[in-house]
Amino acid sequence: MSGRNGPGSGMAGPAAMAAARAFREERAAVLATLIRYVGDFQLAEDAVQDAFEAALAAWRRDGVPENSGAWITVTARRRAIDLLRRDRSVSDRAERLAALLRLDQQEHPSMTEASAIADDRLRLIFTCCHPALDMPARVALTLRTLGGLTTGEIARAFLVAEPTMGKRIVRAKRKIADAHIPYRVPAGEELPDRLLGVLRVVYLIFNEGYSASDGDRLVRGELCDEAIRLGRLVCELMPDDAEAWGLLALMLLHDARSAARVDGHGSYVALQEQDRSLWDRDRIREGLRALERAVRFGSPGQYQLQAAITALHLRASDGDATAWAQIATLYGALGKLSPSPVVELNHAAAVGFAHGAHAGLELLGPLLGDPALERYQPLYATHAELLRRAGDLAGALRAYERAIGLSANAVERAELERRLETLAVG
Amino acid sequence: MPEYMLLLYAPEVDEAERQQEDRWADMPLWLEVTESLRKAGLLVANGPLHSVATATTVRVRDGDTEVTDGPFAVTKEVLAGYYVLDCADLDEALHHAARMPTARDGSVEVRPLMGMSEIPAPGQAPASPT
Repeated sequence: MSGRNGPGSGMAGPAAMAAARAFREERAAVLATLIRYVGDFQLAEDAVQDAFEAALAAWRRDGVPENSGAWITVTARRRAIDLLRRDRSVSDRAERLAALLRLDQQEHPSMTEASAIADDRLRLIFTCCHPALDMPARVALTLRTLGGLTTGEIARAFLVAEPTMGKRIVRAKRKIADAHIPYRVPAGEELPDRLLGVLRVVYLIFNEGYSASDGDRLVRGELCDEAIRLGRLVCELMPDDAEAWGLLALMLLHDARSAARVDGHGSYVALQEQDRSLWDRDRIREGLRALERAVRFGSPGQYQLQAAITALHLRASDGDATAWAQIATLYGALGKLSPSPVVELNHAAAVGFAHGAHAGLELLGPLLGDPALERYQPLYATHAELLRRAGDLAGALRAYERAIGLSANAVERAELERRLETLAVG
Repeated sequence: MPEYMLLLYAPEVDEAERQQEDRWADMPLWLEVTESLRKAGLLVANGPLHSVATATTVRVRDGDTEVTDGPFAVTKEVLAGYYVLDCADLDEALHHAARMPTARDGSVEVRPLMGMSEIPAPGQAPASPT
């Protein structure tokens, strides 16, 4: 069932376009609320899917209704009532049917219902990102349930066959039902960890799209858009969480540069060489606004720090020591919060650019012996750059050669070779 | 309320080498966890298992019964005991699983028990994964 495509795929016309738009914009909310009523993921999803198919036929015949979202909601609910009447395996079936029938007889949904609908989506996010599901399942289920992507699109984005992705999603839904993974926003002490888990899933979706080196670029770009949409949704539903805003800022500031990251030949373009006129000013503005909002809470976190570093990078030119000093401070804080050799390397580089190559080399020294970084090309490229700035040309030469030897990417290797040659000439 | 089985996997120890005091060190913790689960009305059953050396695994393949000495999978951790708890949902079961002393040096696997109504009726095909 979940292998079916969304409405509108491969069709045109106003009805199909309206159905496709409704699918993207309304599906998650309609589904989330229906799940609360029927208590069963698959049944609710089948009902919503049927409603969209009914919409396509009815809207072609009778025209697109004014409130297409309400049309879908009512149709999906009636379909759920039908399905529930037939499906004896659902627990509390009689009570659930009665509640749905009561709801169906109300003329207008009340205001309390409107705020409950927002809560439904939040509950569903926590269910889809539950730690009892494995990470690939969390990512797929979140995209399928809360994003606007079809199973086929998700499969293409993650470079797996559609039936494989379909099975992954079905298995996850079955575990939710069989193990009784709750539809609930975690309470009190559990919440911070679980919310970080949700943000991690969203960031993983973004990175999958952003760091795409192969595959279908168009679909990969959609992953970035979906992650940003999910990021906005989490901010809307949990507006007092600093890290949710930090993550949204981070994604927007990265995504703003996506057009400038790749040149006409599909090669990667480093930040300092990017054509800044290709940057998306609106995204940068929205990203900076989100970052300001995050920082106001006064509770720093890894996403806020990374977003702040990215924001400074957008402003800083190569010789801007002030910006590099700020970047160095932020990397220092990030290293304390979530220590990793890569963060330490970035810290050393920033310190080197801000406070002189010797200060940077001092921090970089211990990393040269770290087995985790033994084959990490950027370590030797950074080492070479700092040695060059410190005037140790022989050392720089050796480090560049090592970096070139470790580089798997032709474009990157060409750039390192270019730097090595400048070294020899200069 | 659904029932969950908590399977306690502990690192295998050589009983002969195990110090007597070591063996009893966690006892107050076990008593505390078990008693609080009983008082909360969640405890359905629990018990320790004999050492993994006593395990026998049975498989029937093409009508032939194969009996093998040992547990289902030979790993560094072995099934050492179990609890059956009546919980509202998986989160509650996971919460109690984390309270088991075994969770600290071994693992606790949490499995929902299948209720009678969840067992497919004869002739009724299980939902197909497509």
